Amino acid sequence: MPIDILMPALSPTMEEGKLAKWLKAEGDTVSAGDVIAEIETDKATMEVEAVDEGTLGKILIAEGTDNVKVNEKIAVLLADGEDASAIDAAAAAPAAAAPAPAAAEAPAAPAAPAAPAAPVVAEPVEDPEIPAGTAMKSSTVREALRDAMAEEMRRDEEVFVMGEEVAEYQGAYKITQGLLDEFSARRVIDTPITEHGFAGLGVGAAMTGLKPIVEFMTFNFAMQAIDHIINSAAKTLYMSGGQMGAPIVFRGPNGAAARVGAQHSQDYAAWYAHVPGLKVIQPYSAADAKGLLKAAIRDPNPVIFLENEILYGHSFEIPDMDDFVLPIGKAKIERGGTDVTIVSWSIGMTYALKAAEELAEMGISAEVINLRTIRPLDIDTILASVRKTGRIVTVEEAFPMCSVSSEIAYQVQEKAFDYLDAPVTRVTGKDVPMPYAANLEKLALPNVSEVIDAVKAVTYTA
Amino acid sequence: MAAARKSSSGTSRTRSSAKKAGPAIVKFDKDQELHAYREMLLIRRFEEKAGQLYGMGLIGGFCHLYIGQEAVVVGMQMAKKDGDQMITGYRDHGHMLAMDLDPKGVMAELTGRRGGLSKGKGGSMHMFSKEKHFYGGHGIVGAQVSLGTGLGFANKYRENGNVAMAFFGDGASNQGQVYESFNMAELWKLPVVYVIENNKYGMGTSVARASATTDLSQRGASFGIPGEQVDGMDVRAVMAASEKALKWCRDGKGPYILEMITYRYRGHSMSDPAKYRSKDEVQKMRTEHDPIEQVRKRLLDSKWATEDDLKAIDKEVRAKVAEAAEFAQTDPEPDVSELYTDILL
Ligand SMILES: Cc1ncc(C[n+]2csc(CCOP(=O)(O)OP(=O)(O)O)c2C)c(N)n1
Ligand SMILES: [Mg+2]
Repeated sequence: MPIDILMPALSPTMEEGKLAKWLKAEGDTVSAGDVIAEIETDKATMEVEAVDEGTLGKILIAEGTDNVKVNEKIAVLLADGEDASAIDAAAAAPAAAAPAPAAAEAPAAPAAPAAPAAPVVAEPVEDPEIPAGTAMKSSTVREALRDAMAEEMRRDEEVFVMGEEVAEYQGAYKITQGLLDEFSARRVIDTPITEHGFAGLGVGAAMTGLKPIVEFMTFNFAMQAIDHIINSAAKTLYMSGGQMGAPIVFRGPNGAAARVGAQHSQDYAAWYAHVPGLKVIQPYSAADAKGLLKAAIRDPNPVIFLENEILYGHSFEIPDMDDFVLPIGKAKIERGGTDVTIVSWSIGMTYALKAAEELAEMGISAEVINLRTIRPLDIDTILASVRKTGRIVTVEEAFPMCSVSSEIAYQVQEKAFDYLDAPVTRVTGKDVPMPYAANLEKLALPNVSEVIDAVKAVTYTA
Repeated sequence: MAAARKSSSGTSRTRSSAKKAGPAIVKFDKDQELHAYREMLLIRRFEEKAGQLYGMGLIGGFCHLYIGQEAVVVGMQMAKKDGDQMITGYRDHGHMLAMDLDPKGVMAELTGRRGGLSKGKGGSMHMFSKEKHFYGGHGIVGAQVSLGTGLGFANKYRENGNVAMAFFGDGASNQGQVYESFNMAELWKLPVVYVIENNKYGMGTSVARASATTDLSQRGASFGIPGEQVDGMDVRAVMAASEKALKWCRDGKGPYILEMITYRYRGHSMSDPAKYRSKDEVQKMRTEHDPIEQVRKRLLDSKWATEDDLKAIDKEVRAKVAEAAEFAQTDPEPDVSELYTDILL
């Protein structure tokens, strides 16, 4: 029987890739371990090694093809003595286990409401921070972050970036791609694996006025360094009576990636937001990422900049302007609405926006606020919305206990108690360490239908 | 200031260590050679299969293969006694197989199934077995060094005569907690063998680009911990050095450092394109220093085994791995109720 060669998964988050190049031609013999093709993922070009031996019978996906799904057949390998007719015979046989794409990922279709209301139309929202008429261009979050750093490094000689694999490797998640080439090893610095040491070193350098961007490969590893972030970076301005602070940015991916287990999947927003002396930012879109990272680098205070690995590859429209900087501490209304306020940030926004779309179909108009900054908290934007809708649901991936949602709930009941028509409700990650198994991981994270259920509960339409 | 600068650049040169050679290589008898061959081959074939299942999307997240480094853990296994513990980082599949854990349980953990060693809840980086004295499986670089020191502490506290083996990488050897641990271990004469698996790279960074001194066996010198470099591609050298180190610890003389000079053939994890080293470098290690080929050649040269005998072993090992892979694909995912179990007692 001919053996199908399938498009391999080459990273935790890869769903599709480009078949860049075939290194073997039809008719070539292949032994196990031979490199047969090159595949570009969003992060890297990877080589595909043959697992079995035989003759490359037929190439099914031509080189240069984009968006080839993982597990799609890309070629057929013939065993000794088989010829191409075996492929046709196999093709005539019923296709074995055709992949069922996306079925497993789609959220359960929400049940139709008892009395289907007319779908509502979302009010389009302009971003007040972007001048009217500005041209837009498409950018991934990854590119936006890189561009933000590059622009600020061009602008200010005292800005430098350091961290594990940021220079020669071009970043473990390719966020610092190209920076070494442009700014040299003096300003783009590969560190040993010593988070506590280089975080402290960065704070010390910042005390003299340099402006370090310290990349943590992920924020899970910043726990090695959290003493310097809190005891050294956050408190020095106060303890020195205002003489010296630390103009430093700590940035890197935060929260769950995909199937990387308990020690590599945690959202630290609430941890840092707890601490006076820090600013905490959690961008969602590429524009958030670019405008806020530039602001963070310019800010004279220690800023914790929490990115999300899954969002790195997402594309967004971003203003095409020379110097796009967003204000820290200002939320953005991503979608206008009247029946309920949904507040989220970072990857939580993907659930919130999708839910709002589906809710609109059911006749429920949700206003979606993208918080963008966690500390200082833009409670005014939240309150203005809640005074209008009377209902609020927060959405985040972190654990529920002492979460950012808890703080929002407290402030909303304190400052808008009389406006509330339902309890403040939160959708969060479950109160468990992140499990590895695919089914359990899915259950541990929030999803669109949980947001819809929460909204139905507070609007009494369940 | 000037003096300090001078001394730091003085230490940044690699010392050519007199201890480089390590103890004379012991000869293995036929049973030992066959045992080493079988054990290393099991790890190799297991890891190849894991790589294959990853490509098919059956294993998710990070998956760090041990291919190339098999002699390190197998040599240590051959020197240890029952009751001695092992602890390591995320590149842990080989250690578990060497500690006699069922390949089915390991593979099913990789696929996140209920029959996995952690019921599918830990994944590739997080597996444990109290029964077999394997203490994980840790995802935070360097954590296992302090934890391993704690295993040694417990051994001393209980006076049970056991020794802890804490495995970590060349990259990990720069973490601060390693030196905090070294100090306590020597201060309190704890029975811990620190096994530095120097595979020349921490992710994409070579040892020379990350470490001011590159003879990692001497990293305990300022605490008075003896250390030596060992040819980690030669299972006999590993076993000989391990016996010496384990005895040192068992005799109550405190910790010992073994720097195993080894090499990983594959990328750091499955998603590493490994552009930081040349193909020739990898190929040279594979063809000239492969730990399994070395044993294979000796077995054939000494006529302790024929090609057919070795083929039979290979077949047996492949069957074991195939059985593990089959189990790992057919065993069901954990029951959803498991989401909320094992959080607190
Ligand atoms: C505290 C911490 N920092 C960073 C990482 C990311 N990381 C995982 S493995 C690794 C390289 C470690 O290299 P080494 O210690 O040489 O071990 P090897 O992978 O070569 O076995 C890095 C940087 C981590 N897991 N934990
Ligand atoms: Mg290494």
